[in-house]
Amino acid sequence: MLNTILDAFALLAHLDSGVLAIVLLSLKVSLSAVLLGALLGLPLGAWVAVADFRGKAVFTVLLSGMMGMPTVVLGVIVYLLLSRSGPLGELGLLFTPSAMILAQTLLVAPLIAALTKQVVEDVWRDYATELRAFRYTPWQSMLTLLYDCRYSLIVAVLAGLGRAISEVGAVMIIGGNINGFTRVMSTAIALETAKGDLPLSIALGLVLISMVLGLNALAYGLRQWAMYKFG
Amino acid sequence: MANFFRRLILIVCSMLLMAGAQAEDSFVLASTTSTEQSGLFSYLLPLFTAKTGIQVKVVALGTGQALDTGRRGDADVLLVHDRVAEDKFIADGWGVERRNVMYNDFVVVGPKADPAKIKSAKDAVEVFKKLSTALFVSRGDKSGTHAAELRFWKEAAIDPKLNTSYKEAGSGMGPTLNMAAAMGAYTLTDRGTWLAFKNRQDLEILYAGDRRLFNAYGVMLVNPAKYPHIKKELGMRFIDWLTAAEGQAAIAGYKINGEQLFFPDAH
Repeated sequence: MLNTILDAFALLAHLDSGVLAIVLLSLKVSLSAVLLGALLGLPLGAWVAVADFRGKAVFTVLLSGMMGMPTVVLGVIVYLLLSRSGPLGELGLLFTPSAMILAQTLLVAPLIAALTKQVVEDVWRDYATELRAFRYTPWQSMLTLLYDCRYSLIVAVLAGLGRAISEVGAVMIIGGNINGFTRVMSTAIALETAKGDLPLSIALGLVLISMVLGLNALAYGLRQWAMYKFG
Repeated sequence: MANFFRRLILIVCSMLLMAGAQAEDSFVLASTTSTEQSGLFSYLLPLFTAKTGIQVKVVALGTGQALDTGRRGDADVLLVHDRVAEDKFIADGWGVERRNVMYNDFVVVGPKADPAKIKSAKDAVEVFKKLSTALFVSRGDKSGTHAAELRFWKEAAIDPKLNTSYKEAGSGMGPTLNMAAAMGAYTLTDRGTWLAFKNRQDLEILYAGDRRLFNAYGVMLVNPAKYPHIKKELGMRFIDWLTAAEGQAAIAGYKINGEQLFFPDAH
């Protein structure tokens, strides 16, 4: 065990340009998915928090239930959609980074939406009377609340990023783990583990963990800076 | 509001398209975990790409899954190892131009102490008879290796399901070897994956050499008549290269620690 980890650290010094390309693809796919997921999830979550509609309870449960969606199941569903014999087969997207972004977007959007709903709902309770007094439409209330909660919502987005960059189930099926084309950190680690090269998979794992930590530190720093600068 | 959504949709579409930009000259090869995990492809494919400029995108699956991928039209070329299933695939009209490519062999690995005493067996049938109550990890994933293993049990007239120490891993060759190593169990593996496998712990080759353990790989094109998008020309260039002198010599040239993993078999 200890030897394996020591070997892993020794390997870190030798990681080559191939690994760099994999890291970059990981970032590209997961950051795109989180951006898209946030664009969909933030308004959706805030809308669910603010609006009154029939079946709100059911929708809320479905949304938070989606947070536990196994990545493999989502992978298979997207696979069947994008397969040449599936309804979206014409696009030829299967085994491409675009398809991976699509799958991860579907994975993180509900997560971001559910967390957003929670955050916005709490604030909505305090502001509801006020915003109603201003005769704000639900849409205006939603935007106001999203803006007011912007610092707390960073957590929702980071949670989405964590889910996206670490998942292996969906990207393995949708991307196919093609060397130099759709291989990302998580699938590379799965492959090295399969080959029994445990030190290399731990070395890659350390790189992945450092990436996630770095992104979190960046988000934290930005938040502190923005709070200081803009209050 | 409508404006916001229009912009959102635009962003989504452009991002997907941006990421979708890809090299023109490429095709998808669905193959087996043994060819990928043994390192053969990372040696072989750059030679082909250097010669032709064609990128080969390998998706490594079990043989059963690779054939399914072809059946759905999601791969252009298949390189697999299960002759019975391959012939059925061709007969059903899913594939064309099947050719022999290479072979290696299966080996039975297990704990050094060899509790089932298979080292002394005279042939593969006796090996599997002796393993009827031993701790054995099966691929259990409908791969070519799994199909071969089930064939060997049948030839030995053993029903492995009756063996309470028979475990189905339901995963690729590497994970199955990891599991066998951790449990001190026997398993059947192709020699290529075994040679490239690093986490052997107490496992070693205990039986090899019977002609029955011969493991042949075939290549074929997914039938373009079924799926017009199949990249027939690029796929055929690969099949031709692989089965002609140059590809065959390249296969013979792939070695790990001086040991040749695959033997050319096209002629």
